[in-house]
This record gives sequence, C-alpha cells and structure tokens, in this order.
Amino acid sequence: MRQKLDYLKETPSQTAGPYVHIGLAPGAAGFEIYDQELGRDIAGPNAKGERIRVEGMVTDGTGSPVKDVLLEAWQANADGVYAHPEHSGGVEEGFRGWGRVITDFETGEWGFDTVKPGAVAGRSGQMMAPHISLWIVARGINVGLNTRLYFEDEPEANAADPVLNVIEWERRRATLIAKRALRGGKPVYRFDIRLQGEDETVFFDI
Amino acid sequence: MTKPPQPGEFYQRDRRWHPAALSQNYKTSVTRSPQFPLISLENTASEITGPVFGHDDIAPADNDLLTNFAQPGQSPIGERIIVHGRVLDENARPVPNTLVEVWQANASGRYRHKKDTYLGALDLNFGGCGRTLTDENGRYHFRTVKPGAYPWRNWVNDWRPAHIHVSVFGSGFAQRLITQLYFEGDPLIARCPIVNTIPDPEAVEMLVARLDMNATIPLDTIAYRFDIVLRGRRSTLFENRLEGN
Repeated sequence: MRQKLDYLKETPSQTAGPYVHIGLAPGAAGFEIYDQELGRDIAGPNAKGERIRVEGMVTDGTGSPVKDVLLEAWQANADGVYAHPEHSGGVEEGFRGWGRVITDFETGEWGFDTVKPGAVAGRSGQMMAPHISLWIVARGINVGLNTRLYFEDEPEANAADPVLNVIEWERRRATLIAKRALRGGKPVYRFDIRLQGEDETVFFDI
Repeated sequence: MTKPPQPGEFYQRDRRWHPAALSQNYKTSVTRSPQFPLISLENTASEITGPVFGHDDIAPADNDLLTNFAQPGQSPIGERIIVHGRVLDENARPVPNTLVEVWQANASGRYRHKKDTYLGALDLNFGGCGRTLTDENGRYHFRTVKPGAYPWRNWVNDWRPAHIHVSVFGSGFAQRLITQLYFEGDPLIARCPIVNTIPDPEAVEMLVARLDMNATIPLDTIAYRFDIVLRGRRSTLFENRLEGN
C-alpha cells in the first residue's frame, strides 16, 4: 500500500469583517471590557533608539479611504533584534515589537508611535534595511495582506536590501518607502497603502 | 557531528486552498483586492519570529463571554455554548501558549459596535469578545452564547450564517491568521458569499465546528469542537542559509 503524507491543511482564512474592532480593539468599538487592550505600545518606555511616529491611510481601488482597517506591526528593536526566543540578542524590558492600530472611522487615518528599528540579518548573512512588517485586515480582504515599510532616509541600505531587490519592477519598490518629515521636532513617517490600482502597494506572500 | 534538526522556514501557504483576494460575489472585495500578484519571499527572521504573549497580558476570565460583560448575577440571553479545540500546525504538533481572540454578535445577530445599526436587539449583558492562551497541549476553550445569523448589504437578501470570528497568532508572524467559525448543520453556510470565497468544499468543512456532546455539561452548556491549523515548519535537516551568522 502506498504510504500517505499525513500533513494537515492550514485553516482557511476569512475576512475579519466590519466589526473586527470588537474583538481586537474593543475600546475603539465603543466599549471597555478588558483591563488592558493589547498592542497599544510597541516599544515600551525603555527602548533605545530614535522615537518616531508612523502614520498613513489605506485607500481602495476607487481611491477612497478604507475606514475599517485593522493593522498590525512587527519590528525589531534599534539593534535589529526581535523580541522572540529564536532571535538572539535580547531586547529592552517592555519592548514587544508588536503593535495594533485601527483607522479612524471618520478620516481613515492610522498612526502609531514606536522606535526606528535597526537592520536585521537576512538570509545568507546579507543585512536587510530597517523595516517594519505590516499585516492588514478589513472587510473585503479575504486573506490578511502582508507588506513592509522601509524608511526614506536609508537610501543606501534600501538599495542593498535583499527583499526590495526581489521586486523586479523597480518602480514598485517606491510603494514600500515611507516619507520622512518633522513635526514639532519629532520624525513622522508617512506610509500610505493603496490596495488596488495606480501605485498599488506591493504585498508579499511570506 | 550530527546536529539535531532545527525548526526552519514555514511551509508555503497554499493560496489555492485559501480564498482568492477577488471574489465578485463578495462585493467589498472587488475594490479591496490587489490586482498585481503577491511577491513571494523566502522566510527571514522577520517572518519566522512573532509577538509573544503571556498570562500577564490577559485576565483568566477573558475567555468567558457569559460573564465578562454581564452585570453581576446576570447572564446574556441565548444558547449557552462551550467552544473548545486545539491549535495545531500542519505537522499536527500542538501550538502552545498562543493567543486566540474571538468576537461575535449576540443571539439576535447584533454586534456591540457603534457601526452596527441592525434592528436585532443589543443584550445588556453581552459584550461579544474574548481571548485566551492555548495551554501546553495547544488546547483552548471559551464559553459564550451561540450567535444569531444577521443580514448584510451585499446582494439584497444576503444573511451571514451564525459565526464567531477567530484570530490566532502562532509563533511566527507568517502564521498570523484570522478566520471564522461556523456551526454544524447551518443551512446558511452553503449560501454565504463570504464562505464561498473559499474554492474547495473540504476547506469550508475545516471551518465548521462540530457538535461535541462529550464536552457538553449536562443541564448547563452545550459544546462545539473547533480545531485550528496553522502553517507548519520545515526541519532544517541540512545546512540552511537563514541565520546569517
């Protein structure tokens, strides 16, 4: 008898729907239920490095803001170390590296405060440019979309980044570069995400 | 010297098993689906690592939706159910200490959300969200009321089957998953445009929680079983190029 491969199949994805906030950000849905909502503080008070704000908007194929998005961020600390047991180096106490934000119901704007991540070693020891991994879910999105945010003021590291260089359409790489500005002395990076159409953001199958 | 196999990269996600981004019958997907194909990456540390949660992050009672919003001594109205199961990976290994979050409508099909204007009544004693960590064997459980079906603006007479939204982390960001749990025997499942974004009927079956009389508490709470499978990881039997040191 032929032997069988006994792997299980991954549970199929479904959209997070319009009321994702109830489960993952109930305060935003209009009621407080938990002692602490998760994902409000990415870096914690002890994190080294440059304090930055990252903000943007998600637009759909008609150019309209998507006002019911939930977005999660995953990043290394300023030394390029992830807060995870498989990544050696260690992080500052209170640094989780993960955050969760929603878009404003009226404007569609989202934003979070964090520290700028350091470069992380990629495959074969090649360094990846500093980046923040983002995961986007919303009504109408059947499988969460993965993308990466890179920083405009890291042109040399970005030019050598092994992931950006996998994108053979060089013009599309620009969709992953957040624009830097100063507001009240604080660096603010603007990262608009276009789900569809002109200048569509690059999404990854990770 | 032979080194024991180390956990390596995640198995490729089977994108023909998951829903496609664009599904004409789920209208919102039409303007929210990328037109360009996804760019496939080999895993790096950014994908293999992911957030870690502990018992400090949540309260033990967060998994009891019958009490976590109710007034003292009160209960929500509806069918009292236990939802339990295991979180496994594709190698059938348990995924321990991982965060499972759920949210749902009440027994009327109404969500406690300022954007939900459905006529179905709110329940003063029901919030509709819960969260828990899996134990060392990947087990989790919630207690709640069975949610009601509700109408939604898609085609004019579309109704969602009763469902509970489920969010799971796993150990790496590449395993991040949100899905929906449906209930065995619900005739709305086969008619639902969101369910039908999934092309393979066997994949739909994975989202249908089974009535589990063995886990039912007699004269108290009926039970459903729902196992969740996250992406598995390859063992690095040979040298891998991932670590970079």
